[in-house]
Amino acid sequence: MKPMLQISDVGMTFPTKRGPFVALRDVSLDVSRGEFVSLIGHSGCGKSTLLNLVAGLTVPTAGLLLLDGRELRGPGPDRGVVFQNHSLLPWLSCTGNVLLAVERVFGERESRAQLRDRALAALELVGLTHAKDKLPGEISGGMKQRVGIARALAMQPKMLLMDEPFGALDALTRARLQDELMKIVAATGSTVMMVTHDVDEAVLLSDRIVMLTNGPAATIGEVRAVPLPPLREAPRNRLEMAHDAGYLATRERVLEFLYRKQAHVEAHTA
Amino acid sequence: MVSAVFHAPLEATRQSAEEKQALRQAQGERSDAMRGEPDRDQREPVSPARDPGADSVRAEPVEAPATAPAPTPHRTRRNPIDWREFWLHVLPPLAGVELLIGVWALSTQKGGAFPTPAATFDAAWKLFADPFYRNGPNDQGIGWNVLNSLERVGLGFGLAALVGIPLGFLIGRFAVLDRMASPIVSLLKPVSPLAWLPIGLLVFKSANPAAIWTIFICSIWPMVINTAVGVQRVPQDYLNVARVLNLSEWRVATRILLPAVMPYLLTGVRLSVGTAWLVIVAAEMLTGGVGIGFWVWDEWNNLNVAHIIVAIFVIGFVGLLLEWALMALARRFEYA
Repeated sequence: MKPMLQISDVGMTFPTKRGPFVALRDVSLDVSRGEFVSLIGHSGCGKSTLLNLVAGLTVPTAGLLLLDGRELRGPGPDRGVVFQNHSLLPWLSCTGNVLLAVERVFGERESRAQLRDRALAALELVGLTHAKDKLPGEISGGMKQRVGIARALAMQPKMLLMDEPFGALDALTRARLQDELMKIVAATGSTVMMVTHDVDEAVLLSDRIVMLTNGPAATIGEVRAVPLPPLREAPRNRLEMAHDAGYLATRERVLEFLYRKQAHVEAHTA
Repeated sequence: MVSAVFHAPLEATRQSAEEKQALRQAQGERSDAMRGEPDRDQREPVSPARDPGADSVRAEPVEAPATAPAPTPHRTRRNPIDWREFWLHVLPPLAGVELLIGVWALSTQKGGAFPTPAATFDAAWKLFADPFYRNGPNDQGIGWNVLNSLERVGLGFGLAALVGIPLGFLIGRFAVLDRMASPIVSLLKPVSPLAWLPIGLLVFKSANPAAIWTIFICSIWPMVINTAVGVQRVPQDYLNVARVLNLSEWRVATRILLPAVMPYLLTGVRLSVGTAWLVIVAAEMLTGGVGIGFWVWDEWNNLNVAHIIVAIFVIGFVGLLLEWALMALARRFEYA
């Protein structure tokens, strides 16, 4: 089956005052429909750059990105992005923020009532119906991030791109939102690409983990499949995972990659 | 005279007022009232207006238990008005005004050209008894004069807003235009309105349009600068949202830039209205015709100093009202 997202020999070089800076080189990856892929690596390894390339916010200086066989040209609502800081507009209510995205995608074809229904459905999916008329200043960080996820999902994108979505939250909220995300993925069957720092989060949520080498000129070091049923079919229980052999083995491999093979972080990431 | 200094939006000024309040409470407990008070009232001319009971009651629960050595009344569930706090905020301004009037009365005791407070009050009473009379084109009630001035301000300021705000948007959004406009704005910004007036008279050949032109050219700068800065300071987060949603330039301007810039814009508008009101009085003095500024000069020619003092109070009061109205408007758009 043809993969949904094809990243072929992609490289990214930024022109800087001190000369060209190679962020990524020779990155090739295929993501199938419905798959949950995590990008993990040390700081400065180009994970966010890669995500920006898939989101279309940057154009690669080498290589090609194809989504369903068509080359990516700039950002679009077919890839929903969730930022690390929620980026909600503070003068709009939660519903208003989600409506902004919904209007962009469906505004021409549907009536106001239908658009509103879509927005409310997205908020229900993330469990925020009770806060639909509240302003971002009136809700907690975890709730704001959920609105961000609702906004991305409401566009019914082909892919969900998440850039360290839970990085700004405390550990308990993070755990809760990870569980919510698993339920959402099970309900929608979304294809997700997530950038994360957290090894446990990566192993818990992913079907495949893509480990990047250290920057600059980072590339894919290793891709590891998680030996558990696909996330969209079976949400995982974190308490059970503590005893699961497959989970623990994968975790150990990722840690080994990050902290033994790529141990010389500080010298490169200045 | 014309200073288009960039002011931070409402939030910063209100916070500093609350900080000063907390400080005042701490100091007020230690020494009795008047030490340092007159200075503070002059530095914060807006404070008597801005912190009546409501603000002080809101700020108080956090500050009072920590700083006040004398315990404040125990709060029941229904949260009664703290009379002590109330008088602490009402009495000093009243005392300040009384002190001013007292000094005034003392210095005019022996007579002379400057009228006593009593004489001024008398004149004011007569003026306000019939503010809307019309005895001829140059002899009108004070009410009409104020309204005439406000009309000119409205026109001049309205035109300035119509031109200045979109210009500010463009300058803020496109760096090239910013570099083009920057030297011109910096050069023209500090020019006194009285220097613009002859040009207006030359071009328009009539007092009324010349006055409106002067208001326009003097009050446009705060709006241009503040709007431009506001646009430049829109957080990158919001623009990222616009990018991933691939919004058109028009939607970005109306749905994202405009609400984000609104606090800065309204601060610019506040400054502009203040400047416009300042300018009209000066312009009218020179051009004559009708209006409060003209009236001041006319009364000077009649050597009716009491009326001039009344006019000063009226001008100040109308300016204050304009400021209040705009602050109320600005609060409506606060969301943070």
